[in-house]
Amino acid sequence: MTRKNLTLLAVAAIAALALLGLALPRWLLFLCTMAASHGIVSVGILLIMRGGLVSFGQGMVFAIGGYAVALSVTHLGISDVVVLMLIGTIAATIAGAAVGPLIARYSGIFFGMLTLALSMVLYGILIKSTAMGGSDGFNIPRGTLLGMRLEGGTGDYILYVLTIVSTGLASLAVAIHTRSARGLVTQAVLGNSLRVEYLGVSVQSVMAMNFTLAAALGGLGGALTVLALGHIEPTFSYWTQSGEFVFVAILAGAQSVVAVFVASLALELVRSFSNLYFPNTWQMALGLFLLAIILFLPAGIGSLWSRRAGGKSPEPKISASEREAAR
Amino acid sequence: MNTAPTTPVLSARGLAKSFGAVVAAADVTIEVPAGQRLCLIGSNGAGKTTFVNIVTGYLRPDAGAIELDGQSIVGLAPRTIAHRGICRSFQIPQLCIELTALENMLVALAAAGQKLSFWNSAAAGGNEARAHELLQRFGLEAMAYRPVSEMPGGMRKLLDIAMALARKPRLLFLDEPTSGISAEEKFPAMDRVMEAIAGDAATIVFVEHDMDIVRGYADRVIAFYSGRVISDGTPDHVLTDSEVRRYVTGGTA
Repeated sequence: MTRKNLTLLAVAAIAALALLGLALPRWLLFLCTMAASHGIVSVGILLIMRGGLVSFGQGMVFAIGGYAVALSVTHLGISDVVVLMLIGTIAATIAGAAVGPLIARYSGIFFGMLTLALSMVLYGILIKSTAMGGSDGFNIPRGTLLGMRLEGGTGDYILYVLTIVSTGLASLAVAIHTRSARGLVTQAVLGNSLRVEYLGVSVQSVMAMNFTLAAALGGLGGALTVLALGHIEPTFSYWTQSGEFVFVAILAGAQSVVAVFVASLALELVRSFSNLYFPNTWQMALGLFLLAIILFLPAGIGSLWSRRAGGKSPEPKISASEREAAR
Repeated sequence: MNTAPTTPVLSARGLAKSFGAVVAAADVTIEVPAGQRLCLIGSNGAGKTTFVNIVTGYLRPDAGAIELDGQSIVGLAPRTIAHRGICRSFQIPQLCIELTALENMLVALAAAGQKLSFWNSAAAGGNEARAHELLQRFGLEAMAYRPVSEMPGGMRKLLDIAMALARKPRLLFLDEPTSGISAEEKFPAMDRVMEAIAGDAATIVFVEHDMDIVRGYADRVIAFYSGRVISDGTPDHVLTDSEVRRYVTGGTA
């Protein structure tokens, strides 16, 4: 798909989802807002996973984005949701740019454990900090847009549209990035990092940049979540939250950015309904759901439509006789 | 054949490298003039690949100096050395097997560019045409859209060399370019490689075990034994050297 077609498709999808929001009940609107704002964090994990690493600590940048928004409201008196969203994204990007080059020196499980450790260090700091609400966190009032306070059903809808537009555009940027020269080199890092170094590219800087981009997405997700929830607490940085982001990325598979949002919405729905009907065993329902996906869609939800797209490839698989002739 | 010695492109002096008690390089001094086709020979473990690994930055020497066009490259990372103009292919092709041959070439060409674009495709800026041209030169055009995992070993070898050529290096190292290729295919394969390389990399250092290939394609031969250079000169001179016959060729020359 060309970049122009991709952009047109993304704009059409964003517009369609924004219109669809008008028909959704408030509880589902909120669920979709949460799914999109959490999903964009998992898109960041996919960006890192394309280079062969997994971050188990995206909760850290999610919390940084969230706390930056909440503190800007309470300490700086900023209430505009667009400005707050940018503040959350920029704060997490700065944190990602500072940490990225250090942790990109590690690979495999060491990278994953280091990200997890950093997120838990932040959790430990937040839980002890009374200035930031300690373990209970704190509430913030609903934000404003162009001076209008976002309250009631209209406020929910505007926040939903803001989330759909910002995460949609961020996803479009990620989709373009994955098709760029840097995106292809990231794939090559996964395939053969030694060769990439010998070709003249620093694998460490590629992965540090991917981590920084993922941090920006994590910060955006944290900011949007806090704006919708009106509450922030240290569990944003807790390992279970980071695990949930990885869970969604695995559920989605590496083929598609759209699949991440589908997976994120599926997670929110399964969690909500199982919480409603089996309040004491909802985690078991979640586990069974993941097992079912692994069994029936081992390459993730995205493989449902990327498999079909693969079938349309103009290049047939090479036959044994062709291979022999080539030899 | 390019025989006229000029200013050395590469100058390695007194290189030493040990792995515990194993001496992989001992006082290795080699100068490679521009335009030369230098062949490194020696039995397994003699120190040929260690020399290549030291010069290309994979290993840091315990002692010694290495200069490329008069500038020291000791201690630099492989990527920095690639930027300076030394590229290499590998004994076992180092490719991204999930990507197609064309995508592998595009990775090499994108890496050879000024900086990696976040926005533009790796195929932009004439890279796609150049990738196809390089694949064509190596006889790989028909395989352009095939994943490397579906390519036969000989073709992977050629793709590995084509990728090393993307930067138009000052000095190109080929580690056993004909290994894994059947005896009757070796000369045609080497002809194709030398023809494809000509123009983009005038100075070549290659590691080889087949003495017929050595005689046919090298201007100069250096024989290694136990981490040391035991003979250096024209193919005729080195391959008839008594020490080389004893330790390297086993009296076959």
